[in-house]
Amino acid sequence: MNKIKFLALGFIFGVILIKAEVISWFRIREMFRFQAFQMYGIIGSAVVIGIISVFMIKKYNIKTIKGEEIKIEPKKFSIGNIIGGLMFGLGWAMTGACPGPLYALVGSGLVVIIVVLLSAIFGTWVYGLLKNKLPH
Amino acid sequence: MNILTQPWPWYVSGPLIGLMVPILLIVGNKTFGISSSLRHICAACIPGKAEFFKYDWKAESWNLIFALGIVLGGLVAGYFFANPNPIQISEATVADLSSMGIKDFSGLVPNDIFNFHSLLTVKGFLLMIAGGFFVGFGTRYAGGCTSGHSIMGMSNLQLPSLIATICFFVGGLAMPWFVLPWIMSL
Repeated sequence: MNKIKFLALGFIFGVILIKAEVISWFRIREMFRFQAFQMYGIIGSAVVIGIISVFMIKKYNIKTIKGEEIKIEPKKFSIGNIIGGLMFGLGWAMTGACPGPLYALVGSGLVVIIVVLLSAIFGTWVYGLLKNKLPH
Repeated sequence: MNILTQPWPWYVSGPLIGLMVPILLIVGNKTFGISSSLRHICAACIPGKAEFFKYDWKAESWNLIFALGIVLGGLVAGYFFANPNPIQISEATVADLSSMGIKDFSGLVPNDIFNFHSLLTVKGFLLMIAGGFFVGFGTRYAGGCTSGHSIMGMSNLQLPSLIATICFFVGGLAMPWFVLPWIMSL
């Protein structure tokens, strides 16, 4: 029952993704062709709100609802940020979807996107097999 | 009913997406990120010896439950309260996609290519199967996706996340400008 809140938050996030239209293949293409401002406005304003929120949490030492210290693991640089980042960018522009939108698109009734999602799971699995052979 | 079916402008939806960062931190001490769920699915469902999938995925099950929530949110907002009108795509986008042979602009994806039938064509295979593979492989290699790096990581002013985000865009720009016209000609 403790985890039901994450189902509710995921639900809200799914609704936002659909209403923001960031799940549209055409919107993603517009962004990469600089033909519309919408996606830049969405990502930009999300990051601004995120930066302000994290700053406030740290500055006022805000705790979780259970009174725990909030921990955010720092991200460590690896060459994977570059190589993997370029690969994901290509995939994002091909499928028109990053992982969150893939789930939302499946929910919206686009059954064929299950194939894209399965392929993404397979990609993650292949990465796991090759991890030790790849530069990091 | 209009409010439920109409799209929201960027200055409403963008800040709401940003608010997921503090809400997840305060409600559950969780950092926002979606692509890890793909790893948990591998760990939970695919048998194998890879060390990368030997960990207690149940301890991270919140991420899978969150992903399930996204599917349900997509069902309610995208199916039951779907916008009855096609998405307003810029004329320039319609024009340059039309010149590549895309005719159907009514859906969330180009239905001409994104359907079961075209999975067996070179175009469809590349865009759906290879594209999906790049999403899954790339996000894990990069250590995150648009949510984990571009939103969560950048909110926490992480340099690796900025570098990853720049690379997402470089890869994303290369596709429609250089690679897609070639794929569409196949």
